Amino acid sequence: MRGYVVRRALTVIPVLLGVSILVFSFIHLIPGDPAVTMLGERATPEKVAAVKRELGLDRPIHEQYLIYLGNVLRGDLGISIVRGDPVLPDLLRRFPATVELAMAAIILALCLGIPIGIISAVWRNSLLDSLSRVWALTGVSMPIFWLGLMLAWGFGVQLRWLPTGFRLEPGTPFEPWTNFVILDAILRGNWMVCLDALRHLVLPAVALATIPLAVIARMTRASMLEVLSREYIRTAEAKGLPQILIIRRHALRNALLPVVTVAGLQVGHLLAGAILTETIFSWPGIGLWVYESIESRDYAIVQGASLFIAVIFVVVNMATDVLYAFVDPRIKYD
Amino acid sequence: MATPATLIGRVAVPGTHGQSPARAAWRRLLRSPVARAGLGIVSAFLLIAVMTPAVHDYDAKTDSNLALRLRPPTWTHPFGTDTLGRDILIRTLHGTRVSLGLGVSSVAIAALVGSVLGLLAGYLGRSADLVLMFCMDILLAFPSTLLAIAIVAMIGPGLRNSLFAISLVSIPIYARLSRSAVLVLREQEFVLAARGLGGRDRQILLRHIVPNTLPPLIIQTTLAIAFAILEAAALGFLGLGAQPPTPEWGAMLADSYKYFTSGAWWVFFFPGAAIMLSVLGFNLLGDGLRDALDPRLRSD
Repeated sequence: MRGYVVRRALTVIPVLLGVSILVFSFIHLIPGDPAVTMLGERATPEKVAAVKRELGLDRPIHEQYLIYLGNVLRGDLGISIVRGDPVLPDLLRRFPATVELAMAAIILALCLGIPIGIISAVWRNSLLDSLSRVWALTGVSMPIFWLGLMLAWGFGVQLRWLPTGFRLEPGTPFEPWTNFVILDAILRGNWMVCLDALRHLVLPAVALATIPLAVIARMTRASMLEVLSREYIRTAEAKGLPQILIIRRHALRNALLPVVTVAGLQVGHLLAGAILTETIFSWPGIGLWVYESIESRDYAIVQGASLFIAVIFVVVNMATDVLYAFVDPRIKYD
Repeated sequence: MATPATLIGRVAVPGTHGQSPARAAWRRLLRSPVARAGLGIVSAFLLIAVMTPAVHDYDAKTDSNLALRLRPPTWTHPFGTDTLGRDILIRTLHGTRVSLGLGVSSVAIAALVGSVLGLLAGYLGRSADLVLMFCMDILLAFPSTLLAIAIVAMIGPGLRNSLFAISLVSIPIYARLSRSAVLVLREQEFVLAARGLGGRDRQILLRHIVPNTLPPLIIQTTLAIAFAILEAAALGFLGLGAQPPTPEWGAMLADSYKYFTSGAWWVFFFPGAAIMLSVLGFNLLGDGLRDALDPRLRSD
């Protein structure tokens, strides 16, 4: 088992190197001279030359890459061209907001998606099944930015039930420690802030959860159907076990394995989807930051954030594979 | 002359005597209500995309009338008007061509390039396989939406650039799919038989292997178009896709979303509904096709 974990972890290294090459090449995708594009047409030649030197654009390309890789390994993701701040500290400061949103979304998706999938499979071809299948298919077809707008308009503007932007009511005197606002509020026992943060979380989390929820419900249904047709389920039925016990003890445990993988894959997509959701709900995470940086042509931030999210995606996928091996006793990786 | 491949196709589907596998699949497709719904929606959108420019001239550059700003839906403007007083129904209809066109053409490019790469990797094997698939793994190491956004953010916004980005992120799925199909098929008896009969590589690849890789590719293509339309709309929404005043659904949402607090729901409702409905259509059709074409799911 340990051997498998080590081997799986080692396969990540070439992929991460490839990812770094691709992200490095982003800067060379900029049409024309990147330094001129960043500074604008009216920049003086001295300034352009200075930026080129700073970015290492005056060196041969393989040297540029090695410098980039060295910087990245030391935690230097470049410097924001607009504000002059290093990218990584800003990224880490905003990351908790995105994690909070993504966690809320994946919890919502799992808590609703799995039961919907089970119900759909157990009562196959019933009205409930048809409804949940159509619903799941609508979910995967949903432009989440549109859903976000509709939710904000319906529940925020029309009904005035929930706030439509930010993590807390503006002007709330609350200095977070970890930037996980809900966690901080709980740690300090400040329940008013906690409640306020939760209220702000509802709409963006629902919007972001839509696609993973639909994917998880579909996967759970397919996997449950497959397990329910197995012979050991028929044996359990023949023994006269109550259906609820068969589903819980025999079917669900095996059916949930592929769902683990799918849920793991969704984490990366949640981080990408956050760019759209955070933009709608002015949620101050890395998604909104990337959006603003695209508008202001702050390429270093787009580059740094892309690398950061891709690394998380690769690592989460690896962790999912390893988790899969742990939870499925049938898999032997020797 | 019946090739071994078509013979296998016939033997595998009992109860379809004398029917070609394609026709049998088509009949199975039409039997499913899900697929029929998908086919209906997709045909309707394709028809709108083709017909709208033919029956109505539209010049986005001159189309604005500030006197009609943000009018709610009425008989004269069934979808209302937007922030520049433009009729949203007309723009949504004309947007069909742009949005669908972007989705379909990016998938066409990705399918062509990806399948060829996959076929080559699977058929050549060894180092070509290793290198090609490693490149695909790198592309897959990014959440595809993020990669598309990042690429267009770098090369600059616009329709052509989003077409490039969406095609690029869709390539790996095709490469993997056709490669794995080739790997399975390469060892099948009818391919070995064709080789034993003295068939040349190119002939075997085109006549025997390619036709058999088609069903999964067709399913994937339908689902990929759904995904590409969503992706294109997302890029448009972020201001990276079609540029104003081009009527593209995502860009129409970007124009108007800041007005949602004013209660003008129609500015974003209709373009978004068009995105969702068209994507749903392709997804329904893809699901139906999977049931009709996947031999493991055949019930007849």
